[in-house]
Amino acid sequence: MNAHHLRRGALFLWTALLLAFIFAPIVSTIIFSFNADRFPSLPWAGFSVRWYEAVFADATILRGLINSLIVAGATAIVASFLGFAAAYVDYRYRFLGKVVYTALIALPPAVPVVILGIAMLTFEGRLGLSGTLTGVAVGHIVLAVPFAMALVRMRLADLDPDIERAAWNLGATPWAAVSGVVIPFCLPAILASIFLTAAVSFDEFMIAWFVSGVNETLPVRVLAMLQGQVSPKINAIGAIVFVVSMSLVVIAQVLIGNRADRSSKRT
Amino acid sequence: MTNTLTMLEIDRVAKRYGDSLAVADVSFTISKGEFIALMGPSGCGKTTTLRMIAGLDEPTGGEIRLWGRRLNEDAPWKRNAPLVWQNYALFPFLSVRKNIEFGLKQRGMPIRQRREKAFEWMERLGIAAYADRGIDQLSGGQRQRVALARALALEPEMLLLDEPLSALDPHLRVRMQSELVRLHRDLGITFVCVTHSHSEAFAMANRVVLMNEGQVQQIGTPREIHRRAANRFVAEFVGGNNLLSGTAVDAGNGLMRVDGPFGSTLARAPTDRVLQTGAEVTLVIAADCIDMLPARSGTGNEIEARVLTLEFIGSAVTVFLETLGGAELRIQRPLHEIENSPLSPLSPGQTVIARWSEDEGYFLPA
Repeated sequence: MNAHHLRRGALFLWTALLLAFIFAPIVSTIIFSFNADRFPSLPWAGFSVRWYEAVFADATILRGLINSLIVAGATAIVASFLGFAAAYVDYRYRFLGKVVYTALIALPPAVPVVILGIAMLTFEGRLGLSGTLTGVAVGHIVLAVPFAMALVRMRLADLDPDIERAAWNLGATPWAAVSGVVIPFCLPAILASIFLTAAVSFDEFMIAWFVSGVNETLPVRVLAMLQGQVSPKINAIGAIVFVVSMSLVVIAQVLIGNRADRSSKRT
Repeated sequence: MTNTLTMLEIDRVAKRYGDSLAVADVSFTISKGEFIALMGPSGCGKTTTLRMIAGLDEPTGGEIRLWGRRLNEDAPWKRNAPLVWQNYALFPFLSVRKNIEFGLKQRGMPIRQRREKAFEWMERLGIAAYADRGIDQLSGGQRQRVALARALALEPEMLLLDEPLSALDPHLRVRMQSELVRLHRDLGITFVCVTHSHSEAFAMANRVVLMNEGQVQQIGTPREIHRRAANRFVAEFVGGNNLLSGTAVDAGNGLMRVDGPFGSTLARAPTDRVLQTGAEVTLVIAADCIDMLPARSGTGNEIEARVLTLEFIGSAVTVFLETLGGAELRIQRPLHEIENSPLSPLSPGQTVIARWSEDEGYFLPA
């Protein structure tokens, strides 16, 4: 009994330490973003939102934030659409080279981002896309489509193929069956994919750094600032980015979780 | 059949999947207003045939014609042949009402009319109380009704049913069976129903198409199939038959004697072929055609046998007998008759006389 308690206590402590190790930098960033002192050091110089004011007064940071939001929004919509289409093709058709097809779509996150970044830069340079927000979005879409496809595929695995055939049997054309049956069924996964791919894009640095040129996204702007001077504004930006990204991921998780709940109740 | 217009023709239809032949060569016709059962063991091609009628599978050979027009290449959404699926295939994210409206919506029916029509069918099938429920809140029997309403709301001239009763519990199955028969009678449309159960097929259908290994074994009314099986497979599949193997001996006068472990019996010689004396034959006698007597009466075929076991199936009793020669006979009699027979109480070990007339048995083709 005692040994059991001891073991439980040790496990609890270990878990707490691990979580502390992971979250300490983030938590300290958020805490020091409210520190009145210029340097992130103790003693605490008093609570202040001046660094947040400074962030929102800095036109380059604002520009970066807006660019990031535009790119994240475009990425989320286009990647989710393409991800759905890719997953549906995988669900619905059998064809030669299907394994290669799905592997190719799933590949980009496995490629080191430096290589993806350089490749995007040279390729988009030829198309005249480098240095534009469109260029950054294209890079992010390539990176995000696999996540969207994975989410929709998971959902489609639960869709009885007879359901779509039943729609045809009731007079629905293939298009009507996709819009009236397949998409509504996949909606939770599609919404989750929109939030998750937005988060992927919002956080992404390497491709954006190679491709963005003067149209910097927020992560690129932050690095540029770090190269100049260490400003406490960085902490404020970090806190904002953390909150935005976490919200997107949590919303995506909740949407996927609801689905799992419902399907487990069904069986 | 009041109307014998040929509606649907299945003409030498085949379906090949890679190397395997799901349907080898199937031909039959369906008249307007018939209740046809496609019956057979699993894998016999009955469901594939139904799916080809619905357009969900395309035949690899032969032709399907509706009112004389070739149907093979018509897309499923262009045919008006709604299917009640074995697993119902209801849309899980739509309410009961919206499931039923789905087909009407595809036809561009305005929302008000659609609602009215859906409501009519929900009333008719007794599910109006669940109109706004989700599918996962319904019992199996209720889902079955939603599936029926969804198909019938399209007011088709032909309704396809794939094992419609297999997912229901036995009590509900019997109720739904008579409800399907009533619906068929009231609507006057053609029903094509796939089932593996001969009791379901016989209870509901006007005509039965019995299939095995991708081929039609027999087409006929339930009575014809029960009384005159076309071959050994049919005789065994529909159950309730005694198959006696023996040697034929010509007895003259249109009669044939068959000798075997059961003794010696007389039956009418087949009129469609000549049986040589000495030929190996199979004689079929339906279990409900055999009487049990305490002593010989001197008419018909009479064989002495010992009672092995009795099985009560509600209002009927199946009695298994063993003849002196070691052959097994199965007899089915109404319970009331057994109770009032001089043999009563019937118990294992008892000796009885099994009797049937010469006209009751028939020969199977070799």
